Amino acid sequence: MADISANFLGIKSPNPFWLASAPPTDKQTNVLRAFEAGWGGVVWKTLGSQVKNVSSRYSAVDYHGSRVMGFNNIELISDRPLDINLKEIKECIRLFPDRAMVVSLMADNNKESWHELIKKVEDTGAHGFELNFGCPHGMTERGMGAAVGQDPHIAKMVVEWVMEKATIPVITKLTPNVHSVVPTGRAVVEAGTNGLSLINTIQSVTGIDLDTLVPNPYVAGKSVFGGYCGPAVKPIALKFLTTISQNEVTRRVPVSGIGGVSTWKDAVEFMLRGASNVQVCTAVMKHGFRIIEDMCEGMNNWMDEKGYKTIYDFIGKSVNNITHWEDLDINYHHIAKINQDNCIHCGLCYIACEDTSHQAINLDYGNPYNNYSVKDDDCVGCNLCKLVCPVDNCITMEEKRVAPEYMNWIDFQKKGMPLNDH
Amino acid sequence: MIKSNRLTKEQYEKNFADIHPPFETKEATLVEANRCLFCYDAPCTKSCPTSIDIPKFIKQITTDNIKGSAHTIFQSNIMGAGCSKVCPVEKLCEGSCVYNFMEETPVTIARLQRYSTEKAIEKNWQLFKRKASTGKKVAIVGAGPAGLSCAHVLSREGIDVTIYEKESKAGGLMTYGIAAYKVTPEFCKSEVDYITGIGGIEIKYNHALGQNVSMEELQKNYDAVFLAMGVGLARKIGIPGEELEGVVDAIEYIYRLRTNEYNALPVGDKVAVIGMGMTAIDAATQAKRLGAKEVTMVYRRSEAEKSCTQHELDIARLDGCATIWLAAPKEIVGKDGKVTALVCDVMKLGEPDSLGKPAPVATGETITLDVDMVIKATGQKPFEELVNANNVQNKYGKITIDNNATNIKGVFAGGDCVNGGKEVVDAVQAGKDGAKAILKFILNVEG
Repeated sequence: MADISANFLGIKSPNPFWLASAPPTDKQTNVLRAFEAGWGGVVWKTLGSQVKNVSSRYSAVDYHGSRVMGFNNIELISDRPLDINLKEIKECIRLFPDRAMVVSLMADNNKESWHELIKKVEDTGAHGFELNFGCPHGMTERGMGAAVGQDPHIAKMVVEWVMEKATIPVITKLTPNVHSVVPTGRAVVEAGTNGLSLINTIQSVTGIDLDTLVPNPYVAGKSVFGGYCGPAVKPIALKFLTTISQNEVTRRVPVSGIGGVSTWKDAVEFMLRGASNVQVCTAVMKHGFRIIEDMCEGMNNWMDEKGYKTIYDFIGKSVNNITHWEDLDINYHHIAKINQDNCIHCGLCYIACEDTSHQAINLDYGNPYNNYSVKDDDCVGCNLCKLVCPVDNCITMEEKRVAPEYMNWIDFQKKGMPLNDH
Repeated sequence: MIKSNRLTKEQYEKNFADIHPPFETKEATLVEANRCLFCYDAPCTKSCPTSIDIPKFIKQITTDNIKGSAHTIFQSNIMGAGCSKVCPVEKLCEGSCVYNFMEETPVTIARLQRYSTEKAIEKNWQLFKRKASTGKKVAIVGAGPAGLSCAHVLSREGIDVTIYEKESKAGGLMTYGIAAYKVTPEFCKSEVDYITGIGGIEIKYNHALGQNVSMEELQKNYDAVFLAMGVGLARKIGIPGEELEGVVDAIEYIYRLRTNEYNALPVGDKVAVIGMGMTAIDAATQAKRLGAKEVTMVYRRSEAEKSCTQHELDIARLDGCATIWLAAPKEIVGKDGKVTALVCDVMKLGEPDSLGKPAPVATGETITLDVDMVIKATGQKPFEELVNANNVQNKYGKITIDNNATNIKGVFAGGDCVNGGKEVVDAVQAGKDGAKAILKFILNVEG
């Protein structure tokens, strides 16, 4: 059995799965249930000046019969009194001393407020802070949340305030509602943050009711932009995470990966791209805390299969596999091959290629089953047919290099090689 | 003993309840609809005699476009609702669903089709608009699937249609010749009403060709005639004892089942059904469900040559019907004019016959089944006398056509009266083909 325990900035947890700062970590009842289920740690829902929430609060995007492919919310930070939150945090730490207890903070926009809040939370025995610079709704209008995270100068200033006072590790959570997370990431690392976490939610409109014409979630005939999360945002999160993992400044600190993590596979992907652990929210809001079981077992089995003893054996292993387009090997070529024994004759590869790509699939009419084969010379190796094929390994991509040696676009241009080679 | 009223009201209701129940909820429908892969040049569509664009209508269910879904179905098959209940889909659309290659249950196309079409009928969405009247008139003989399908296409094109129907209800075999657990009389009526709801279609009931109306009148009063009178009763087997009390024709028996209360229909204790086609299955299961103690199906060939589908045979077996293969009826034995036994020759398979199936050959041995009722389901007989009397060219009663035109100018034909008896869905397509030929004839347009 591999060892999946994690140590994030000295904050230890039996596994690398934390619950993200969100409704599931809003109070003792939920957090104790999560710990009982086996979650490695939690980031307690953001504390700050008490707020008031509206009803309703969530909405979702369903796709092809699958519920909550994407999810959004218009909830604010914790709407419970601070002293109750603090008391409950202390109790959860007492009952589960082996789990990570990180507390999310969003103080009013002045140094005193931050210092006061930090002091109170440290008194609970919490193991670390996460600074909420990402909340995209409700708090931004008050100059907080994403309003801080979107401006590197403000973010830097706030982190400096925090670092003056904090005696436990500080993680700064970044907003994705920017064209790049790197400027703010660099600013807060330079200001001394011990770690980063990303992404927070993405501003969104999930859909519009075609009867009332009001977008979701509905609040008395109106709606607002909500923070989008869930499986749909994972690719965006992985992209932002990669930029943080590759930047020479931001890569100096550990990163907690967030954004659509639903399974052990998602978690491994985030960790391969440089996250030291992951945080989960939407998946538990859909399925409950019990999904932690397979997350642990699945990661463990995968690590055993691959021979990884600890999570540190694979964290970051894929960071360098994303490069610049100019560095890609232009002599690499592969073409699709349809394995006729596995083909179910659905024709999805054919119509996708014929209508929208390179007309590289041959159709041999039959009744009722047509046969499909790839026109090798016309296939550009785009993968589309393989992607739409409903059968695993029916379409494989076979390597057919143009030339044995590596050549990138820069060299290609230098040599004045022809563009129209197919 | 042959007697009626064998079961309680509750037992009849249970036995004749819908054998292919609809989806109970929208959610259940969507789970199934979302399984469809939306195949290109889909094998299911190509396996449908009416070429319904199945991936499209299923996709439309998933997008909450039920009207569009129903329109897609009805555009190809105006009896799409009835076909969703009676089609042998296991050998048509569902049988060719690509999921079969994945050893996965095929998409339940019929059930999805029923979802959309039943909604359309229930809400009476008239999805086709009749073109302005052309002033042209067409007479159709027979308000079965072929006749109704032809009528609907013609009416859409602005033709005034009159259907002459010998029965008091429309629907043909759908109404009179299919097991009661597949379609109810109420459903058949609502389907006919829905089809004629487009307007421009008048049905004259209790009007039989050759009795209440003549071919000459039709030819004189209409621009074209479409013969779609189907086929008649079962052919005589030609064995001793066929006239005994207790020997019935399967189609006639189902007709009585469909036109009477269940408890009014007499059934024997021990019933033999001769034949192994779809009608034989219907007769056997219905007899069993009416309370017969034993039902035995006898077939002169082996299981491999059966003309019913495996799915249908399984229904009969689950109902407790026995099967005896390679048994050809030789004589029906009676006492006091009533059936007491069916004697069969034991057969073996020989060389292929004209149909390409191995011909059964008598071995010389016989078996005797003690039965008090024999239901003959050995295929139906075309209206040979009727077509001959009207000088319509035919082959053993089956009308000869060329692009749906008979030998008589302006007289067209299609459906069972041409092919000798196929599925409802084939008749619907024949009606469409007939309408197309007629439109070309009277309007010189492509329908």
